[in-house]
Amino acid sequence: MDQLFNRKYIIQGLFVLIALILLGKLFYMQVVSDKYFLSANNNALRKIYTYPARGVILDRNNKVLAQNQPTYDLLVTPNQVKPFDTLSLCRIIGIDTIEFRKKFDKAVAQSRFQESIFQKLISIETYATLQEKMFNFRGFSVRKRTIRFYPDSIAAQFLGYMREVTPTDLEKYLGYYKPGDYIGKGGIEKKYEIDLRGTKGVTHMLFNSKNVAQGSYNNGKMDSAAIAGEQLITTIDSRIQKLGEELLAHKVGSIVALEPSTGEVLAFVSSPGYDPNKLVGNNFSANYSEITANPNRPFVVRPIQGGYSPGSAFKPLDALIALSEGVVDPNTTFNCPGYYVAGNRRFKCEHVDGPIALRKGIARSCNTYFYTIFAKLMTKNGGAYAKQQSTYEDWQNKVRKFGIGDTLGIDFPGEKAYKLFRRADYDKLHRGRYWGNTTIMSVAIGQGEINTTPLQMANIMAIIANRGFYLKPHVVKVIGNGKGIDPRFKEKHYAGIDARFYEPVIDGMQDAVNQSWGTAIESRLPNIIMCGKTGTVQNSRGKNHSVFIGFAPRDNPKIAIAVIVENGGYGGAYAAPIASFMAEKYLTDSLSGRTIHGSTIQMYKDANLLPTFLSKPFRPKTKTDSLLNKTDSLKKAMPVKNKNTNNAFNKVADKPKNNAASK
Amino acid sequence: MQPQSNRFFFNVDWITILIYVALCAIGFLNIYSVKFNPDKSEAFSFAAEYGKQLIFIITGLVLGLSILLLDAKFFSVFAPIIYGVTVLLLLAVLVVGRNVGGNQAWIAIGSFRLQPSEFAKFGTALLLARYISSFNPKLNTLRPVLIAAAIIGIPMCLIMLQPDAGSMLVFLSFMFPLYREGLSGYLLIIFWGLVTLFILNLFLSPFLLISSILMIGALFIYNNRKKQQKIINITIITIVAIGYLFVAKFLFNNVLQTHQRARIELILGLKTDNQGVGYNVRQSQIAIGAGQLTGRGWKEGTQTKLRYVPEQSTDFIFSTVGEEWGFVGCFVVIGLYVFMLLRILNIAERQKSTFSRVYGYSIACIIFFHVFINIGMAIGLMPVIGIPLPFISYGGSSLWSFTILLFIFLKLDSNRMGFI
Repeated sequence: MDQLFNRKYIIQGLFVLIALILLGKLFYMQVVSDKYFLSANNNALRKIYTYPARGVILDRNNKVLAQNQPTYDLLVTPNQVKPFDTLSLCRIIGIDTIEFRKKFDKAVAQSRFQESIFQKLISIETYATLQEKMFNFRGFSVRKRTIRFYPDSIAAQFLGYMREVTPTDLEKYLGYYKPGDYIGKGGIEKKYEIDLRGTKGVTHMLFNSKNVAQGSYNNGKMDSAAIAGEQLITTIDSRIQKLGEELLAHKVGSIVALEPSTGEVLAFVSSPGYDPNKLVGNNFSANYSEITANPNRPFVVRPIQGGYSPGSAFKPLDALIALSEGVVDPNTTFNCPGYYVAGNRRFKCEHVDGPIALRKGIARSCNTYFYTIFAKLMTKNGGAYAKQQSTYEDWQNKVRKFGIGDTLGIDFPGEKAYKLFRRADYDKLHRGRYWGNTTIMSVAIGQGEINTTPLQMANIMAIIANRGFYLKPHVVKVIGNGKGIDPRFKEKHYAGIDARFYEPVIDGMQDAVNQSWGTAIESRLPNIIMCGKTGTVQNSRGKNHSVFIGFAPRDNPKIAIAVIVENGGYGGAYAAPIASFMAEKYLTDSLSGRTIHGSTIQMYKDANLLPTFLSKPFRPKTKTDSLLNKTDSLKKAMPVKNKNTNNAFNKVADKPKNNAASK
Repeated sequence: MQPQSNRFFFNVDWITILIYVALCAIGFLNIYSVKFNPDKSEAFSFAAEYGKQLIFIITGLVLGLSILLLDAKFFSVFAPIIYGVTVLLLLAVLVVGRNVGGNQAWIAIGSFRLQPSEFAKFGTALLLARYISSFNPKLNTLRPVLIAAAIIGIPMCLIMLQPDAGSMLVFLSFMFPLYREGLSGYLLIIFWGLVTLFILNLFLSPFLLISSILMIGALFIYNNRKKQQKIINITIITIVAIGYLFVAKFLFNNVLQTHQRARIELILGLKTDNQGVGYNVRQSQIAIGAGQLTGRGWKEGTQTKLRYVPEQSTDFIFSTVGEEWGFVGCFVVIGLYVFMLLRILNIAERQKSTFSRVYGYSIACIIFFHVFINIGMAIGLMPVIGIPLPFISYGGSSLWSFTILLFIFLKLDSNRMGFI
């Protein structure tokens, strides 16, 4: 029996051993691993979101640019659906029974027990009809949400648009967005997404295994209410924005207007545009592809993405540097025989002015005058190539201070930086061969290795209007309840040219508009002294681009403006008149009904300058390829054989070899 | 000496009763928590599960105390009759029983339902104890083993006809008291070896299994190459083992029911299925894991409260313990069981009467088997075979049958000085 008694220990040992195995597994499940704990929360705890109203976007006079309108989503919970009159529902929401079947199967595939979207973005009218019959459709429910509405249908590229988040967005914003949420894409909607969207409200609900809500978790202590998005007051003046879009209708081009004293953007026109309401609601996809397919690319935000040679618009800047460097004074006179000789080549000027000084040189846009002062500038430290090249380096640094060669840092997504050549860039371009002022003389008249956006052109005007400084252009004045904007938009940036040098240059610009010999007389305004400068940019795709930059009034300027009308011909043909209408409207809040060379404003609006795309298929390359690759030909001075080298910047930069006679 | 009125409770092991009461109380609290609904503050109801369980506990205690009032000799004397009655009940349930969830296991008496298989346990335990104590059989010989196997086997077969595999398997625990009384350890090893082989057979390819058995056989033969008798024995064992593989496969595929097969496959990791058979286990594991170290607190369990775990108050009551009381609570519950079982074994060993000892071992092993299987399935170590957690799971038949099992033993123990 003793031997059998020992068997007690074996059985007891077995009990204890198995108890330890159970406890070991329990210890792993409960204490070591948190896998089960997390699964439990996924099981039972679900967050229910309430969506806040998106912030309204206003113009500088508190006129609404973008607001919200209610829309409805039809949701379905498949397991709650009872047999019903399918046809009647189909008729109301405008689908056929085949599509109904498809949508329903999709919902079932997603989940039998959870709500999923059956039909998106139902209009308020459809909703009204639907609501009456809703009791017939068990398992279906309607969720309200808001989408954008743009009362004036203006400023499409400025405002941007909303669309469903992509997987990339979901990652980028660290879980704030859920699939199916909307997010601002492009423009203000994108840049100020965080301010506009507000904060989603969240309710933590407990669900049982049948997906029926069982009440709030932890007595709602973790819940939060939705916080409405912030309202934005932009700097845009919708009156001139609208006018600008009308004036550029049927044309490709851009208008940028700034308030010189603040750097606020008053108009931000990019043409062709589109109706922003097209990118709202159910027709988004169809309209989006339609806009993308337009060969003139309405999605290009030309004010900050279009790259144009400043052309003659560069001449005032050139003059300013020459004056401040002391190579000329306002009275220094050169002779213009109708051409300029560089090395063994002769560059034609469009007119024969004889003796010409600064004021008239600007008003007449005399190429001879500006080639001459550029040569003087480059050789002021000596004519040796090495000396000229280091002088060029100094000079281009001065040009950079006017905001050229880099982005301006506007609070708007997608601003492009166009390159201004440094000495090293030319060294590379000429591959060690000598280069001097005659090699690169096209930059003297804003050609060749110099490209700017319309915004930068307008900003140069703002600097001149301010007599020496600018504030970074920006598009938003006030966020929410008086919350200020980034302080960097309040800093003055000085261009490094003493204020006294500006008046002679401004004299010339005043004459360009207001004297009979000026090149921009089409922009003359009654009772307002407008100062400006035209440009005519030659390009390979058709007629010259028409350019005008200027500001008004001369004293205490209120508006600085840049207008580019592609294929518009001479600067005075379209750009100058359009700028004058914009300035007039802004400064007097009315249009005098004047005619320019017999043309009414309506005729300018109706003019169609769109390039004709024959059977040639559209080649989408970079967004701006049509905008590069142009040459100033204001005075037809440039003996340019403009080979169409496409979008690449460096290829464009090759061209001056043709422009300027090398030794 | 004790006053006259306390005569019946003289020598009763109060510590075991205390653990018994504690486990019943834990059961009640957890059943209350499962049914508790924070949104509907209703009065205590005897119609709810927790109310009924309270009635079961009170009546169970009364039942237990009245057992203490009986003469200890009663159980030994009437063991064959009690056994006979439970076998008759098992037969009756096959004829007049109510079919609940696929098993014909219940006899309805008025509003209460009786589960004869629960009562068959102590009937069998009593008769087995009586047989061993009366005949003092040598369990290392064939005839007594067969008789003992018949005593255990008859109720097993009847339960299998219901069919209720879970309750049937509980009777395997009678192997351990037999082992204590002299059953050869080899028999146990062979039995569990066969079980292991059965499981491996599902896992591994037949080729691998057969070749490894052949190799092991060859190794043994080589080691005993001088002993002709052993070589013959080993050869026979090897051939039988290989034959068993095919029989086992056949049994598994053709005799077991689909849901039983699925459960075994699931537990062996041969299949994963989180919505079908695996749903119960998965949800139970999630609930227990969610308890972490100290638990969510009484009535605070989200998984159990929100009906994620099926059979919440009966077979899967342990998931409530795990979620609401955490690892600490699980430790306490398992600790209480182990303490109670070791105490029962110790008490059994101090008995002069073989009847009391065999009976004590029987109930300890039955309770142990229940606890091990029930908790094991709740945490995914065992296949889901629906057997209740003793004293804690909701249900009158289960609670009463465990109460009777335990209190008969306590009565026998209180009488340990006398002779039966």
